[in-house]
Amino acid sequence: MTEKYSLGIDVGSTTVKTVITDSSGEIIYSKYQRHLSKVKETVTDQLKIIQADYPEAEFTVCITGSAGLGLANSADIPFVQEVHAAFLAVKQKQPDADAVIELGGEDAKIIFLTGGVEQRMNGSCAGGTGAFIDQMATLLGISADELDELSMHSQKIYPIASRCGVFAKSDIQPLLNQGARREDVAASIFQAVVDQTVSGLAQGRTIEGKVLFLGGPLFFLKGLRKAFVNTLGLDNEHAVFPDEAPVFVAYGCAVYAANAEKAYHIEDIIDKVENARTSDNIVTGEPLFNSQTEYDEFIDRHKQCDLGYADIRTYEGDAYLGIDAGSTTTKLVLITDDGRILYHYYASNQGQPLDKISEQLKVIYNAMNPAITIKGSAVTGYGEDLIKAGLSIDHGIVETVAHFKAASYFCPDVDFIIDIGGQDIKCFKIKNQTIDSIMLNEACSSGCGSFIQTFAMALGYDIAEFSQLGLFAQHPVDLGSRCTVFMNSSVKQAQKDGATVEDISAGLSSSIIKNAIYKVIRANSPDELGKNIVVQGGTFLNDAVLRSFEKELGRNVIRPAISGLMGAFGCALYAKEKAKDEPSKIISKEELASFAYTSRSAQCGGCTAHCQLNIISFGQGRKFISGNRCEKGGGIKVKNKIPNLYEYKYDSLLNLVKTHQPRKYRGVVGLPLALGFYEQLPFWHMLFTSLGFRVIISGESSREVYYKGQHTIPSDTVCYPAKLTHGHIENLLDKKVDFIFYPCMSYNIDEGGSDNHFNCPVVAYYPELLLANNPRLNNENFIHPYVDLNIRKNVIKVLGQVLKKYNIKGRIPAAVDAAYEALSRYQNDISAKAREIIEQARAEGRNIIVLAGRPYHVDKEINHGIHKLITSLGMAVITEDSVAHLARTPELGVLNQWTYHSRLYRAAQYVTTQPDMQLIQLVSFGCGIDAVTGDEVRNILESHGKLYTQLKIDEINNLGAARIRLRSLVAAINNN
Amino acid sequence: MPDYPKFTEDMIKTHTILVPDMLPVHFKMLIAIFEAEGYKLELLQNDSRAVVDEGLKNVHNDACYPALLVIGQFMDALNSGKYDPDKTALLITQTGGGCRASNYIHLLRKALAKNYPQVPVCSLNFSGLEKDSAFRITAPMFLKMLYAVLYGDLLMTCYNKCRAYEINKGEAQKMLDKWQRRIGNIFRKGSKMFLRTKKIYTDILNDFASIQLSGEKKVRVGIVGEIYVKYSPLANNHLEDFLISEGCEPVVPSLLEFVMYCAVGTFNDAKIYDHVTKQSIFNKIGYDLIYAKQKELISVMKKQGSFEPPHDFEHLRKLADKYINQGVVMGEGWLIPAEMAALAKSGVENIICAQPFGCLPNHIVAKGMSRAIKQDNPNANIVAIDYDPGATRVNQENRIKLMLANAKL
Repeated sequence: MTEKYSLGIDVGSTTVKTVITDSSGEIIYSKYQRHLSKVKETVTDQLKIIQADYPEAEFTVCITGSAGLGLANSADIPFVQEVHAAFLAVKQKQPDADAVIELGGEDAKIIFLTGGVEQRMNGSCAGGTGAFIDQMATLLGISADELDELSMHSQKIYPIASRCGVFAKSDIQPLLNQGARREDVAASIFQAVVDQTVSGLAQGRTIEGKVLFLGGPLFFLKGLRKAFVNTLGLDNEHAVFPDEAPVFVAYGCAVYAANAEKAYHIEDIIDKVENARTSDNIVTGEPLFNSQTEYDEFIDRHKQCDLGYADIRTYEGDAYLGIDAGSTTTKLVLITDDGRILYHYYASNQGQPLDKISEQLKVIYNAMNPAITIKGSAVTGYGEDLIKAGLSIDHGIVETVAHFKAASYFCPDVDFIIDIGGQDIKCFKIKNQTIDSIMLNEACSSGCGSFIQTFAMALGYDIAEFSQLGLFAQHPVDLGSRCTVFMNSSVKQAQKDGATVEDISAGLSSSIIKNAIYKVIRANSPDELGKNIVVQGGTFLNDAVLRSFEKELGRNVIRPAISGLMGAFGCALYAKEKAKDEPSKIISKEELASFAYTSRSAQCGGCTAHCQLNIISFGQGRKFISGNRCEKGGGIKVKNKIPNLYEYKYDSLLNLVKTHQPRKYRGVVGLPLALGFYEQLPFWHMLFTSLGFRVIISGESSREVYYKGQHTIPSDTVCYPAKLTHGHIENLLDKKVDFIFYPCMSYNIDEGGSDNHFNCPVVAYYPELLLANNPRLNNENFIHPYVDLNIRKNVIKVLGQVLKKYNIKGRIPAAVDAAYEALSRYQNDISAKAREIIEQARAEGRNIIVLAGRPYHVDKEINHGIHKLITSLGMAVITEDSVAHLARTPELGVLNQWTYHSRLYRAAQYVTTQPDMQLIQLVSFGCGIDAVTGDEVRNILESHGKLYTQLKIDEINNLGAARIRLRSLVAAINNN
Repeated sequence: MPDYPKFTEDMIKTHTILVPDMLPVHFKMLIAIFEAEGYKLELLQNDSRAVVDEGLKNVHNDACYPALLVIGQFMDALNSGKYDPDKTALLITQTGGGCRASNYIHLLRKALAKNYPQVPVCSLNFSGLEKDSAFRITAPMFLKMLYAVLYGDLLMTCYNKCRAYEINKGEAQKMLDKWQRRIGNIFRKGSKMFLRTKKIYTDILNDFASIQLSGEKKVRVGIVGEIYVKYSPLANNHLEDFLISEGCEPVVPSLLEFVMYCAVGTFNDAKIYDHVTKQSIFNKIGYDLIYAKQKELISVMKKQGSFEPPHDFEHLRKLADKYINQGVVMGEGWLIPAEMAALAKSGVENIICAQPFGCLPNHIVAKGMSRAIKQDNPNANIVAIDYDPGATRVNQENRIKLMLANAKL
């Protein structure tokens, strides 16, 4: 009789693993291989290898893995869910483990084994771990192994958003651009993965005891291991990295297979897999090109938009230099007086823009005919400040202006420009020769160019080759139009369903386009974009992307041949416009030869924000400081302080608790400085102090406060202001208050002029969630009554009930009245201050920005200092609630039923009556309600010829995108 | 919105009102009720990818998935050319609470304004919104709708049970079709037969009980969640079919629970916030009436004995109090934790909470309450599944499979 074996096949998002166990359960064979999206072929190949070794044996078989489900179904082979397979494997190999952490290509999983078995996977939002690390490595221009090596030599860890790969990326990019050490960045990337896993998956359960680490990334990357072990505080005995980690799940799958009744010869299994009919339920689109002729015509048409060239070695005369220090790439153009190109350069900056650009300058200086004079230079992009300071560039301009300049050179009556770069999408409409509205992609839908590149590499192609593949694909796959994490799983699904690499390539191109049109531009029809559309940015050099765009719009667009260089070209044109008689003050050939810089990090002591500064010294006392949010950190002395109501409001709330505290008190009540309290603190503070309580607030928000409460957050997609609340509660518990008071309120205060006056569900009921998820809270130390502040007798009654044990019923009505007065005094004070600010700003001739959000947006950890950024641009800042009462609610297309949101409409209406005011809407990521308000506020403003600017904020601490918007806004205001 | 077409008296005769595919079982009977009043209605069943694409094109992409789908389904239908836009109206539900859902009608009008400005929208609501429309729900219609919900729930319960265990595939479906036709006809003809609940309930129960079932034991999976995603196969990627194909029995709590939850909301608020209004008094009376009807259904089902009756609503309210205050009334509010607890306690320990990605109330009532419910019911096996235009089926099914793997532990 032949020996009976069990075969486990683990088909993951990037790899195929096979394991064979013998009848005693021992592993006698295992293999680990990347499948490069050729799932079926790779599985067949592996089976054939097995066939060579075990031609006669019989196998019980089972498939597992995220990409294995479809194969299992169509091949009629049993399937076991991968987390469950891992669980079975652990039970066999490490029966005394307490918890298991497994990171795969795109999944993160935790299994708790003791104290109630629980198996968890990352939610659909927090995907990307192995793939995320790959993507970050690409960003640095190195392999994952090199990233690992770098991380071992780190000195410090930077905070990087840990929720989602895309967010982390936007934290990392500026660090690189500002010259942070690559070793430190590498280690910070791993730390972010750890934080994401621990906070996203543990959700209130502590990971302790003996922890088993599984999956490819944790097996191969030592730095990642180190980060996990340190974060969880494990010693060698309690952190287990089994040798069979990469194939552990496949082993579990074999364990599961051992129980199967039916055994097969290996050739039967191969038959089953080879004959597996892939389902035909993938949605496909039309081919990009139906024929070579069609493609040739397309190429010819776009060739017409090219520039002339001149030889840098022979040309004589003036030249102008433009530099675009983008997020992932560096672009450089040197042009002649009449716009011909002398030199151009486009390449990945590999995280070191300053090095790249000085290198290129040397190349230019060496090649340049001595009869050329560089008369002007300008720089734009994320690295603008650094390059300008380091290389003494004449002008720094905002990207939007640079792109508009370049686009109008090719198409003087351009009315719409879309630029898709490595990391961002920028679109702007042009009206009356000025930039009218700007749309940038939100943190969530980034991806863009570098996304396609990472994908190409994951599938084993270089980017040019990969996109070329898509041109003639017969059935481009529909991959949806959301953020990269979602696209990853769409691709996974398409692979499962048997889509070819060609189809996926074409599908990705069209996804990027759909993302741009429907998510960023939010267009309903091509006519909305305009008649003369110029497309640019490196991503549009990809013919498949360009074609997808034209197909989606149903019209031809202009793509200049220097599509990737438009920012730099615009800079060069700008430098030319501004040029005077003397030459550019750009760093000379001689200075450049000895050019060197050093970078170090420091913490700013200017205020309590303690910005993480990066100081780059260029010698001769010249230095560049980044990471600062206000002028102080930048080493600039501020003479005339620009008024800022955000700061005033925030300070008056904090100062409140320092006053009016009873000397002798009957108890200590804690109020979390979060969500609705940013509005109602004056009310509750007065109420409790009048009743003889001492009031303690939780303190100021910070990243640390967030981390402190992170383990009690049950929903990782709720807004950041809500997430911060968890840390505030922990703070209050540590401060040993008698009880925390946090009321639930379906209704906010009715300010009139609206259909209803609700709170949003999160603000209304967050206390319920806190109580249910923080084990330290109970009904004794956490009082969260339902109350309606519009109904005085209700407030009195409810307080009487919850404060019964203090026996102060008789004093409550007077205290409630005092509280109402305190609240209205506070609100009047804010409006009065706003009037004062408006007067001062007008006297000084400043523009005034109504920074419109919610009361809790005054929290520095929530707004990330955007208000300071605005004042640093010379504009005064006031809040939406300080002016909302000055206007009536305009006619709206939606139900106006939330108090905070109805203020936005009135504030917007008010702004339309004030020539020197503009409104900027602050929106917290994940706020579904602002999906409704945003469009309305835009309508109100635009119907009166005002500009609409929306800034989306989350835990990301990077104001790069906000800065571009604000500077573009300033440029537009000045043009009007 | 400044100007939008109203649904006028004469449109009742000339216009076909399109109905979104929210509750496949219930809406068929609802349509019959309106037809008896002279309206022409048609239930939409288009569910290709074009529905999602139209939604993405016409609705703010951060708006919730149900809005996107409902509006996408309408736009796709109008684009199909099957309906004359000059003779078509649309029907949409409106709850009027503090959730974004109250704004669907406005988002729909915005979407229409661009390409179909002449198409009027009718609102199906019980909160007195949209008073200027000729699309009115009279008291007798309201009563009939209540009965339609009761019958629909009973049919859904019997159908789900039989479908999971039937020996001759397709029998349950045939039975469902037969009863939908029969009850539809009663409503359509304006017959008073619909009031004879006890007889009809018993007939339905006996009829379904005659279907031959296998005696095998299957994993029972409860489905709770946001109202649209919970019931609509278009939104939840045919969740019930998937569960059946995985060898499970789907257990879907009845729609009546949601109706009663809405009714309770107003008079609960009145009590909590000391704010008694006409509406709250009216709702209390309405609630008592509905509750009596629910008790009647439960007693008939118990007596007949073949199928599990729905949870007594007062029992649900008491269960809710253990986890969350009944003041939580936005979205599905306290009903979700109450249903999860009731399912777990009645032996349906595997629970899927189906919700739109980023649903605001569900942060609190679904994901926010799972921990407390699991603490109380250690065997409860709860998974929250997010639905979204970008979320793929494979991702969702993989998570459900994980939950099912645990169910067998």
